[in-house]
Order: sequence, then C-alpha cells, then structure tokens
Amino acid sequence: MNSIFEPVIGLEVHVQLNTATKIFCGCSTAFGATPNSQTCPVCLGLPGALPVLNRQVVENAITAGLATNCQIAPRSIFARKNYFYPDLPKGYQISQYELPICEHGWLDIETDNGGKRIGITRIHMEEDAGKLLHAEESEGGSSLVDLNRACTPLLEIVSEPDMRSSDEAVAYLKKLHQIVVYLGITDGNMEEGSFRCDANVSVRPHGQEKFGTRAELKNINSFRFVKEAIEYEIDRQIELIEDGGKVVQETRLFNADTGITRSMRGKEEAHDYRYFPDPDLLPLNVDSDWIERVRGELPELPAAKRQRYQEQLGLSDYDAEVLAAERPMAEYFERCTALHDNPKACANWTMGEVQRGLNEQSISIGECPVTPELLTGLIARIDDNTISNKIAKQVFDQIWQTGKSADVIIEEQGLKQVTDTGAIEALVDEVIAANPAQVEQFRAGQEKVLGFFVGQVMKASKGKANPQMVNELLRNKLKG
Amino acid sequence: MELTDLNLQQLQEQLAQGSVSSVDATRAYLDRITATNDNYNTYITVCEAEALAMAEAADKRISAGDAAPLTGIPLAVKDIFNTEGVKTTAGSRILGDFVSPYDATAVARLKQQGAVLLGKLNMDEFAMGSSNENSAYGPAKNPWDTERVPGGSSGGSAACVAARQAVATLGTDTGGSIRQPASHCGVVGLKPTYGRVSRYGVIAYASSLDQVGPVARTVSDCALLLQGVAGYDTADSTSVDRPVEDYLADLQGGVKGMRIGLPQEYFIDGLDPEVQQAVEKAIETYRGLGAEIVPVNLPHTDYAVACYYLIATAEASSNLARYEGVRFGRRVDNGKGLIEMFCSSRAEGFGPEVKRRIMLGTYALSSGYYDAYYLKAQKVRTLIRQDFNNAFDQVDLLLTPVAPTPAFKLGEKVNDPLQMYLSDIFTIPLNLAGTCGMSVPCGLTGEKLPVGMQLIGKPFAEATLLRAAYAYEQAGEWQQLRPE
Repeated sequence: MNSIFEPVIGLEVHVQLNTATKIFCGCSTAFGATPNSQTCPVCLGLPGALPVLNRQVVENAITAGLATNCQIAPRSIFARKNYFYPDLPKGYQISQYELPICEHGWLDIETDNGGKRIGITRIHMEEDAGKLLHAEESEGGSSLVDLNRACTPLLEIVSEPDMRSSDEAVAYLKKLHQIVVYLGITDGNMEEGSFRCDANVSVRPHGQEKFGTRAELKNINSFRFVKEAIEYEIDRQIELIEDGGKVVQETRLFNADTGITRSMRGKEEAHDYRYFPDPDLLPLNVDSDWIERVRGELPELPAAKRQRYQEQLGLSDYDAEVLAAERPMAEYFERCTALHDNPKACANWTMGEVQRGLNEQSISIGECPVTPELLTGLIARIDDNTISNKIAKQVFDQIWQTGKSADVIIEEQGLKQVTDTGAIEALVDEVIAANPAQVEQFRAGQEKVLGFFVGQVMKASKGKANPQMVNELLRNKLKG
Repeated sequence: MELTDLNLQQLQEQLAQGSVSSVDATRAYLDRITATNDNYNTYITVCEAEALAMAEAADKRISAGDAAPLTGIPLAVKDIFNTEGVKTTAGSRILGDFVSPYDATAVARLKQQGAVLLGKLNMDEFAMGSSNENSAYGPAKNPWDTERVPGGSSGGSAACVAARQAVATLGTDTGGSIRQPASHCGVVGLKPTYGRVSRYGVIAYASSLDQVGPVARTVSDCALLLQGVAGYDTADSTSVDRPVEDYLADLQGGVKGMRIGLPQEYFIDGLDPEVQQAVEKAIETYRGLGAEIVPVNLPHTDYAVACYYLIATAEASSNLARYEGVRFGRRVDNGKGLIEMFCSSRAEGFGPEVKRRIMLGTYALSSGYYDAYYLKAQKVRTLIRQDFNNAFDQVDLLLTPVAPTPAFKLGEKVNDPLQMYLSDIFTIPLNLAGTCGMSVPCGLTGEKLPVGMQLIGKPFAEATLLRAAYAYEQAGEWQQLRPE
C-alpha cells in the first residue's frame, strides 16, 4: 500500500437475469441460439413496436434490492438512454435514471483487514443490447448483428465509492455475486457475461476528503481481472501524479492479455445520453404488499446461514462458511440434517466424501448420485454402530456406484459390525497366540504395538469387528 | 347513384341485405382510386389483389351469417400503420422499401372483423406537418380545390374520404393531424382520448401524444369505425384497461340540457372571419337544440404550441433514432465507416421538416437544456391539463374552431414553419391534455371551402362527443358535404 496515496473504488455491476423471457417482449432469453432467431418486432426495434414490462423482472429487482438492504421505491420510472450503435436497434436503451427501483442499500464484506460495510447507491432495471460479430478484414471486414440478446433483462447495481483497495473490491464483488446467485435470479456466469463489472478508480492523498479524478475501467470479466485491472490503474494514477501529471476523467479498457488499461474515450467524447422518461411505459408502482410478499419469499442468505450453522448446529466457523457458500450445497446439507439429527456428521460427510466425489467426476451437487436420503441412511448406520466409519467409506463408494441404500449394501455383503464379545474375544485370543514376540514387546512397555494387534484383529474380522471393543479386549488381555 | 356514394352505415345495410357484395363495392372503390388518384395523390400504396381477396372472404362470411359490423367495408389507413406484407413508409424516403412483417393492433382488429383494406394513405413524413406537403411522395390534394392542401398530417386520410376513395379511413392525431385535415376536407374526424385505441404498430412520432382515430363521412360512420378499433391492448402499455362504450346506443340522445363551454382564448383576432361566422352559427344551432352555452377559460392556451413543439420534438428525436439503415429502411453506405453510414442514411432519408424537429428535440433534451426546455414544457403540460379539468367541472363539452383558416394554398406556408405550426393552435392543447375531440363540418366559405368546428369532450367521453356531433349534424345543413 502506498504511504501517500489512497485509492477510492466504486463498482458498477451488470447482472443478467435468468427470466424465461425478455424484459419488454415475450422472446426467449436462452443463450447460444441461432443468431436473430429469438427476436420479434419489439426487440428488433421495428417501427411502431412498443415495450411491455415483464413483471418477473420487477420481482427479481425487488428481490435483489431486499437482499442488499435497499429501500424499494413505491414509484419508479423507465427512461431512455439515447445513443447510436448497431447493436442497439431502437437507438436508445430503456433503462432507469432519475427514479430507480432500489436505493440506499449496503453489503458487509470481510477482508484480511477485517469487516467493512459497502454502500449500494442504487439498483435499476434495463435492457441489454445485441451482439456484434466482426468478420476478418480478409473476409471483407463486415460486421454482423445478432439481436438475440437485445432486450434481455439486466440489473445494474451501483456501489458507493467505499472501497479502498483491490482486495475490498474483489470481496464486495464476490459477496454480491454469491448473493445474486443465491437468490436464483441469475446464473452468474461471468464468461457468458451474466455478471459484468465496471470499476471507477481514483486516488487521493491520505487524509484528503475530496475525491481525485476518476477513470472508469471497462471489460473486466473475472474476479482476478478486477483485481489486476484496479491495481494496474491505481499504480498508473499514482505514478502519473508523482511524475507531476494529472489524471484525466476518461473511460479505459482493460486488456486481460497484457494486464494493462488503455484509454477508450475522454470526457470530451463522453456521450450526452439525453435521458428522459420513456413515454411508452407507465411509471412503475410497487405497493407494500408486493414488497412484503417478496420479502417473505426471500431465501436465507449465506451470512445468516453461516451464523445459524454455528449457533444452532454447532458447526465450526470454517465448516459453516463452506457449507453456506453455495445454495445447492447448503440445501443438500440442510436436507441431510432434516432427515438425520447429526449435523456434525452430515457436515463432515458432505464436505468430505460427497465433495471429493463431485470433484473427481466434475459434477455439481445437483447431479450427486448419493442423495441426502442415501447419505443419511448411511450415517444412521454409523451412529447406531451397525458399521464402522471405515466400512462406511466402502459402503459410500458402493452407494455412489449403484444407487442402492446403505442397508441393502450392508445386508447383501454382510458388512454388519460384529459386537458379540465372545466372537471378538476368540479372534483376539488367536491373534495374541500367533504373535508372541509382539506380546513381549507390549509387555516391555512398547504400547504402540497395540496398533499392530488391532490391525490384525480387524483384518481377521474382515473389518467388521467393533474397533472400540477390539481395543478394550486387547488391552485387557495383553496386560494379562 | 354509385356504390361509392354509400356511406358506411348504408353500405353495411346493403351488404346485410345482400343487394350489394363486398367485391362489387371494393371494385367500385378500386376503379375510383385508379381514376382519381393522379388528381388527389391520396394513396401511396393501393392493395388491389389483397383487397379483392379480403372482399371475397367477407362476402363468404356475410353469406354464412357471420358478419361483424365492419365485414366487407372497404377502408383505407394512413401509411403510418404497419400492415403485414405491405409497404409501410410513414411518408418517408427512409422507409421507402420497408415491407412490414406485422400488423398494427388497429389494423389487426379491422382484419378480424373482415374489413377490406384498399391501401395506404399519404401523410406528412412521420406525421410531422399540417399540410401533407412534407410527404416524400408528393402532397395529397384537397378534393375541394386541388390547388389547396388537404391539411395534415393525415391529409391522405381526410382527402380520401372527401374524394369517396374509401368508405372511411384511419388516421393518427398528435397535434391535430386528424381534426385539421378533416376540417379542411369537410369530413368528420375524431381524436379519441389518449389510451383509448392501441398505438401498437403505429409508427411513433410523439409517443405521449399520438392517438389513432377515424375519419368518415358522417358522425355515425365515425362512431362505427371507432367502435371497431377502440379498446385495451396488452401490447400497448399506455392503452387503458377500461370497457369501451357502445358509441351508437346513445347517439340520438340529443343535447338538451347539455352544457357547452366556449373557451374565450380560442376566439381570437386573426381567426378567419368566415371560420368565425360558421362556428358562431353552429353555436346558435346548439342553443336552438336546447344546449346551454357557457363561456369558460383555458388560461394557458397561449403556451400550448411552444409546449407541444418541445415535448413532441423531444420524443420524436428519440423515436426516430432507429432509422439509421442498420436493420431496415434505407441505407446509404459509402464505405467510410459506421458513423458516416448513420449520417448519410439519415441525411438522405429524412426530409427537412423531420430533420428540423429531430434537431429541436435533441436540443431540448441535451444536458444543460433539459430543465429549461423539456422539463418546463412538462410542467406547462400539467397546467394545460388542469385548465381542461377545471373547464370540465363546469361544462360537458367545449366548442371551438378547428383551425384558424380554411385550407390554404399549396406552397403558401412551406417556407414559414412558424406560420405552419400555428395552424394547429386550437387542436394541440387537447393532445397535451390527453382528452378527446372531433372535427365536424359546419359550413362552407364563399370560395366553397369547408369549415369545421371542434367539439372537445372529457377524457373517455367519446360517446357524449359523438352524441353532440350527431345532434348538430342532423339539425344542420352540412350533412355529407362533398366536393363537386
């Protein structure tokens, strides 16, 4: 960290919503379809076509607003942002300007330097533009327009300039990403552009209240690039000032290959978007009933889950964080605890064997062949001493492969733990008789030889003997 | 008597009786269009084959006993309505080759009822104008005097009805574009309340002011056509979900006891004496029919034209941004890059009045000017709306002239935009207020030019408006005026 200069960072995030249809028409929003196949007069911007607001988009915006502690505006306005570009069929983007649907929110983040609250200025709804595909110069250099994405719904989430390091920016962005994905309103896929980030970066001498001149960084589409781009930009601005130069207000493009930002357009070339209320759409009224219904349907968010897992289920901070991080995993875990009252075992198995299996096969928790029902069926057999932990791992692998229940597998393969004292005693006696040298060692005080005996007895029982009982019996007999 | 002499109601009766077929009527109109369109230049596109096919289908429907009120009636629409598979130009060069892939809701409703669409009518480019002289396809002419303008922007729609080239037509009215040409051509034109008829598929000029309405030979015909297109449409967020009244049910209810207000600000110096005389005579007729005539005030009238030319042009500057040659319409590409293509396409595609209004509107919305122009105009608009609300606390209707003068000569005002803008001085305030109004013929000048009076109703009181217009029409001597 620079001793003289302090960076000031604010982020603008575009979240593509996963509604089935577009924000102002009934076309599908599915990704990857044949170019221009998911279009109609409205999203093509044909003369005379008119927008009709998709209520689900409003619902998702309210959801996002409530989850980020925003106030939901009872009345908000759609505005036109006017500029010419070939991927913008109407020559304007329908967005919100003066009266957005959500304002005055915040998120708490954590970095190595502790916790911090980051303000959220506003969240508004808008339509996305289409995509341009540029042919090579050798092919004539022409550009093609695909309007499948035109008019798909976006939320723009604008933070306050509250972040003071790239780490804070990344922590905020990850937290925000986690929440919107948790809410189920976006797939959050950064590579496909479902979660995009622009960063406003400036620097000022420590202690100075007035912000420095900012640059807006565009095209940063991964958490790593956000960190790189911001750090590059902070260094660039500090160097510039230290060399006696001045930061100019401009938009800069981040190049992920080189890791540097370069000027895209200056303040003079900045667009005058001539925002004005869209006369084709009525003001949007959201009554308190609507807001309260959405509030009632909000899922428990990761921070709350994490706290609950610790306080009510007795998990460690680390376990709670891991299990709460992603909604499908948390739901899997919670289903397990609902089926079988042993949260710690459920947590261990979910984070251990289940996660290992998922990693090995590169599948998601939703695709896991060991359902919560199957997993808890297995844990129950450990808890009632039917099988040992060791045997349970074998059984788990077989459940994964066959989809059979633990009980069926234990029964079929006779894996039931032996708890009959007499039977175990007989095995213990055999092992002691067969290994007189080791008995001598034990009696001479080398207690670690006990492990050898336990192993031998377990082997003889094909792993089915209750290890605790084996231990006790061996100790008694060896001490003789 | 020729088939084209039958008005909508009469043709409806004859079709129902089987004494006339829709195909016969359609042929008669197509013949008349062929014979007269060079004179009047009313049609930009004539849909002969489509019209005959629709007429045949309508005849089948009629003989099957499945007729709707407009089944088989030959109609035409302003070239601002999208019509599937038919060229839709908005009177502009930039859409010269644009064949629309979809129907406007109003057109779809006419088609559902089995109406016959004869073609697309001339208009000022993008509905910007008061004389039809801003059409890229040459001006439509006034059938009363082809040296004169038919009015605008729905000049083609009004002239077509006057010239008996269609039974009735649809136009659009943003600042008087139905009422003023109806007045100049001696026909009946109605601008419904904003939100009464869907704007979906109507090429936008100024979205908060545009409204679809009928032009017809009689008040009853006007009511019939309005009935056919009015109503809520989920595809237009600004259309109003409110039941449509039966406009014919109470048509003959008369005006006895009705209170009719005369806004003092509309009877001004500079009003053509013959227009004034005709309107004053109409007032006397109403008094004779038992209406109570009351002076009222609309104090912000003076600001209406200025307010309109800020709001309408601001909206237009944005609405017309989509015409840049990328996806549809005229593209002029000289290979000098994207910006050049945008500029050249628009420079060559738009006419001078459209460019003037785009520039005005762009300026009004620009950073630093927005508050002084656009926002202030919106505040004035609120005051004008309040003027009407206050007046309607005292009266049921307002009665005014439609335009300060009868139809003027072609070329007379083209070089004086301000003078041209003032021809809408009495019609513009209604669009700003969003309420309904109509133009009803009320006299002829010494030069045999028609004069119209304007009746203004409360929002969604089209039925009252039509009832008052009908009472006058039946009492007066100006029924079904037609040029020689």
